[in-house]
Amino acid sequence: MIRAYLRAGGDVGVRNYVAVMPTVACANDVAERIADGIQGARPLLHHQGCGQLLPDLIQIERILIGLATNGNVGGAILVSLGCEGVKVDRVHAAIQQTGRPVARVNIQELGGSRRAVRRGREACRDLVARCRRMRREAVRLDRLVVGVKCGASDMTSGLASNPAVGTMVDALVAGGGTVIVGETTEFLGAEHLLTRRAVTPKVARAIRRITKAMQERALAAGGDMLGGQPSQGNIQGGITTIEEKSLGAVSKAGTAKIQGVLEYAERPAGPGLYLMDGPGFEPQALTGLAAGGAQVLVFSTGRGAPQGFPLAPVVKVSGNPTTCRQLRAHIDVDVSEVLTRGSALPAAGQRILDAVCATASGKVTRAERAGYDRTLDIYTRSPFV
Amino acid sequence: MRHTREPSLLVIDPKDNVAVALRDLAPGAEVILTVRGRVRRISVLDPIPVNHKLAIARIRSGAAVVKYGEAIGEATTAIRAGSHVHIHNLQSRRVRPRKRQAAPRSHGGSA
Repeated sequence: MIRAYLRAGGDVGVRNYVAVMPTVACANDVAERIADGIQGARPLLHHQGCGQLLPDLIQIERILIGLATNGNVGGAILVSLGCEGVKVDRVHAAIQQTGRPVARVNIQELGGSRRAVRRGREACRDLVARCRRMRREAVRLDRLVVGVKCGASDMTSGLASNPAVGTMVDALVAGGGTVIVGETTEFLGAEHLLTRRAVTPKVARAIRRITKAMQERALAAGGDMLGGQPSQGNIQGGITTIEEKSLGAVSKAGTAKIQGVLEYAERPAGPGLYLMDGPGFEPQALTGLAAGGAQVLVFSTGRGAPQGFPLAPVVKVSGNPTTCRQLRAHIDVDVSEVLTRGSALPAAGQRILDAVCATASGKVTRAERAGYDRTLDIYTRSPFV
Repeated sequence: MRHTREPSLLVIDPKDNVAVALRDLAPGAEVILTVRGRVRRISVLDPIPVNHKLAIARIRSGAAVVKYGEAIGEATTAIRAGSHVHIHNLQSRRVRPRKRQAAPRSHGGSA
């Protein structure tokens, strides 16, 4: 059991934030000032929302809706310039449908930034007060959606932190929970192994489709995701084949059956393990997971990636003893004993699960304590126009 | 060899036929590992740099080399237990390597 907030739509939240969301980058300054100094208000600054092609604008709307309706959000403010490409009415209506209070601030209509900031701060204080009246209640762990990611990887990632996270994923899924693993780039080279774990041939085809599309996009842009893999550095480190490298990366997804392949920022339809099509770049990957409903993010790192995320706590796991010592202030779970003492992976996985439960019930993560958790980035595919 | 309590090998999955050296191992060293509750002793045949793979069972030429419980490629020659398993005796089934120079024996480096 965890202690979490119950939302009107049946979702649960492990944090109770007011999301202050610019609908376009041009409104970032106002959104930042609206949230400034108000505890519980989170400005979700980004660089999108206009001058983009329609498929990207629709994707941005989907992501703004997904973030605002994440279980960790108790109320939202849409901060609009007034002439952006994103359809603010559509975003507003979709958030309202979930029963969440949502306010709007339009900089052009209100007559400029000062008035918009004043109006926004009034709305923000009101929403924060409403959030404060909510109390945590005991809910089952399987109500959580956990997002999994790795970054700043090294040899210890594939040997300790990723497989340890994988045993945690298996435990969550066996208990009826929901886990999303992103980063299509990492599936390359291991897709034939992932497809065997798909629940249906359709899901297997989707895994092949997204990895092929990722590789083709890379080739079209003059890159090659498989060429020269594993790298000389990998080979020196002991990795021989692309299968081995990819298995080290996808070992964080455990061994459970794969229920489905999600679009970037898409919500899973039911419990179990899901793959999400999306980039590996950390701020974009975390945004996709949180917009897909993940209330807790588990992040495996070798060299030490300190950043959190504005809306969801990020539990940092490392198996590198040097990183765990040098970046102690940024690592929540040290699993380096897997490599230094040969400790069993399931025991390390259990400690990660315990940390996820404590974090879900309100324990502050290292990234939250450090305030190193403000960056968000929306993944888009087409050029700006 | 001096016996220490610190284990020298990591076996990630019980199905694996290779283990990962947790420190540099020298030929002639004897390593002890426990798989599925069974304690086994293996004599190290080659120098094994830290994080590199060591065969913990005999692997026939053409057979799968298994790590993470999955095939990471196939043996290009027969491999005896205790041997170093790397680019000289293991190749991908997914991407056939072009000509490649032998990897330097130094270790470390990032993913």
